[in-house]
Amino acid sequence: MFDALSDRLERLGSSLRSKGRLTDADLDEALLEVRSALLEADVELGVVKAFLDAVRERLSGTALSQSLSPGQQVIKAVHEQLIEVLGGAPLKVTYASKPPTVILLAGLQGAGKTTTAAKLASWFKQQGRNPYLIAADLQRPAAVEQLRVLGAQIGVDVFSDTSNPVKVAKRGLAEATRIGRDVVIIDTAGRLAIDKELMKEVRSISDATSPHYTFLVIDAVTGQDAVLTARSFHETLALSGIIVTKLDYDARGGAVLSARGVVGKPVVFASTGEKIADFDLFHPDRMASRILGMGDMLSLIEQAERTMDQDVLAESSGRMLSGAFTLDDFMAQLNQVRKMGSMGGLMKLMPGMTKEMRQAADNVDDGQLNRVEAIIKSMTPKERRDPNILDSSRRTRIAKGSGTSVNAVNQLIKQFGDMKKMMRQMSGGGMPNLPGGMGKMAQMAAKASAARGGDLPPGFEALGAGMQSGAQASRPGGGGKNKKKKGGRVTPPKQR
Amino acid sequence: MSIALIAVAVLVVLLVLVSLRRRSRRQKVIAPQQARKAMPDILVKEVAPRPSIEHGAELDLSQRLGSSRSIFERVRSIASTGSLSTEQIDTVEEVLLRSDVGVKVTNEILQDLKTNGAPNGVASTVRAALLSSLGGDRSVTTSADAGRVPVWLFVGVNGVGKTTTIGKLSQRFVSDGKKVVLAAGDTFRAAASEQLQMWAERTGADIVRAGEGADPSSVVHDAIGRASARKSDIVLADTAGRRANSSNLLDELSKVRRVADRDPGQVVETFMVLDATTGQNALTQAREFLGAASVTGIVLTKLDGTARGGIVVAIERELGIPVKFVGVGEGVQDLIVFEPVAFVDSLLDA
Ligand SMILES: Nc1nc2c(ncn2[C@@H]2O[C@H](COP(=O)(O)OP(=O)(O)OP(=O)(O)O)[C@@H](O)[C@H]2O)c(=O)[nH]1
Ligand SMILES: [Mg+2]
Repeated sequence: MFDALSDRLERLGSSLRSKGRLTDADLDEALLEVRSALLEADVELGVVKAFLDAVRERLSGTALSQSLSPGQQVIKAVHEQLIEVLGGAPLKVTYASKPPTVILLAGLQGAGKTTTAAKLASWFKQQGRNPYLIAADLQRPAAVEQLRVLGAQIGVDVFSDTSNPVKVAKRGLAEATRIGRDVVIIDTAGRLAIDKELMKEVRSISDATSPHYTFLVIDAVTGQDAVLTARSFHETLALSGIIVTKLDYDARGGAVLSARGVVGKPVVFASTGEKIADFDLFHPDRMASRILGMGDMLSLIEQAERTMDQDVLAESSGRMLSGAFTLDDFMAQLNQVRKMGSMGGLMKLMPGMTKEMRQAADNVDDGQLNRVEAIIKSMTPKERRDPNILDSSRRTRIAKGSGTSVNAVNQLIKQFGDMKKMMRQMSGGGMPNLPGGMGKMAQMAAKASAARGGDLPPGFEALGAGMQSGAQASRPGGGGKNKKKKGGRVTPPKQR
Repeated sequence: MSIALIAVAVLVVLLVLVSLRRRSRRQKVIAPQQARKAMPDILVKEVAPRPSIEHGAELDLSQRLGSSRSIFERVRSIASTGSLSTEQIDTVEEVLLRSDVGVKVTNEILQDLKTNGAPNGVASTVRAALLSSLGGDRSVTTSADAGRVPVWLFVGVNGVGKTTTIGKLSQRFVSDGKKVVLAAGDTFRAAASEQLQMWAERTGADIVRAGEGADPSSVVHDAIGRASARKSDIVLADTAGRRANSSNLLDELSKVRRVADRDPGQVVETFMVLDATTGQNALTQAREFLGAASVTGIVLTKLDGTARGGIVVAIERELGIPVKFVGVGEGVQDLIVFEPVAFVDSLLDA
């Protein structure tokens, strides 16, 4: 099973004997770990090589910092290099002085262009723009209809006819200009990079419409092919940037690094789900943490918001904060968490998880959680409200009723007690004594929360303080409020 | 277990706190505009489908893939009986990694080369190792128990080619004189039913569809009812593309499968459709779909592109799911039966 790269390096760190400086031998060993982690994350071989060279460059000869272990030093260098590759030279989307601003989307079949076109239109609409969609995919059955349905959902007009893709694009652009739309997004048919005829066609569309921006839409779980594809599209269309889709499939998405590495153009937007709203500017720092396996609290939170029932959460958490948390609440929350996906998968997104914790999480199968549920269900409502009344005869009854053992019941009650204690500490403003790296996780959460601006809940204030540097810029463009911005500049988040 | 439970709790606490705060600041969903005056009158008719490249469905995989590719020249040029040089090992590693078979399979094969050498030449040793992973049963079942309707169910992540594959298979069955019913079980994605409808018209199959948002199980159920009443030969059931790491979406799929397998329906094949460009995530996809829908085979699509699709080797090795069909284009004939030998040769052809 895949160990987070950061874990591997930390572990390796203890065996690295470098003092003062990283020796070449230690560096080789560490970079070997980095190499296989990147390959497991689907980063293309050539890109991996270039990446390792750059990390070596960063590390060789430099004095080791006092405060970091050699392993941590390597992690830091890898993280920095990831951010540099992913986030270097960010694209500034400026609007054309003579509207409309034209955006062309291209990519392989099934990459997600049509959905992306609609999401992008919706995003521009939130920026206060007046977008227009052109359906120039006349190839795939019902692609035009798909864009039309999506356009209706987001309230953006869609143009198409049955002539041919180049004409459709041209006519659509003329229509957009006539009716005064300021952003035009052209959806094109999926095509293979080696299909000469179709590559010529997309080139013609580009020539006919002179797009201000041409984006390659690429699937986050693409393997080694990402590089070939990105390179061909870049050669044909002179890309201005990349849009990565389906980032919700996999925490790693090395294809992003491959494509970025080979075309040297920034990843501008990222799509993280099927809904129109699952789309935003790309955050290089988050992606870097994911590839490193350092967890991604922000993504976790977003995933939670998408899948969990807000009302259930609000109710149970209200009681949680007031200390009146019951086993019923716990069960409700457990069910919500289970809706988010497998425990193992979730744990991987959590920052600061130690290897043991991740393993433990992987071992929590549905059976175990079902047992927890069975135990709670075998209690009377009164017992669930106040487990203190559980004497041994009650425990025996519950064990029997749930088909478990008294031991299992005891364990659950004890854990529930621990949990309550912890919650009280948290809501009281302090940080509980969390096992393992969980404290680090809580810190990341606080930081993530701070990154979104606005007030922090009690208990997070203190934590958030002093950790907010550089984390604010996560929502440029005024948080997507419906206000037209003067000058209309959209700048992806600055990198530290 | 105890650590994990506490982790759940911490997770919940954090999420709750953060999401509570954000809740009040949530943006409003954009309301669809009602009257659209400027809306040009769009025809939704499609142009004629691109003809598929000169075929014969009889054309086999090696002909489709192998013609322009020299068969792994780089590896073949190495023949070694003693221990291999670092350079030789590196070449093999590069060829394997570039074909997407993954780090694990690559390392296993390299390890084997290092310890046992390659008495019959490196090329044939690697080839044999890959082929030995592809020994599964690739036959397909087209018939069900007496009185029941055979159902082929298609599952997979978004955009891999499920609907197109159904179109291609529909063509095969219809050409063989079979009566086919398509079930438009993707009720989620915009215009998914329309897309399948076009394939039904193109291939002369019957189709059962429902509106967007309808229950996919009941669409499949209805299609089976129709097929049973009309004595059709097979039901090909489409499903919505879904990510493989969502228990909700997988649950929905399990339900579709259960319903489809209920008398008079009988699921005789469940295909996971896999895009050849997919990297290591394909293993996760296979594992999850196998668990949720008892996948019996893989359809590997888009092998007409530059991607090699090597991850299917890891999938068959680890999970025992064989590839049964291969998609090599967007045309209705662009589907062929999977052949391990031709496939392995194309993998090694760097
Ligand atoms: N080149 C090539 N393209 C293919 C192949 N199979 C499917 N496609 C294309 O891939 C794109 C997606 O195919 P669909 O059949 O819509 O995929 P799907 O899995 O049904 O997609 P969703 O229902 O949206 O999840 C379309 O443009 C197809 O024409 C293939 O073997 N080769
Ligand atoms: Mg489909």
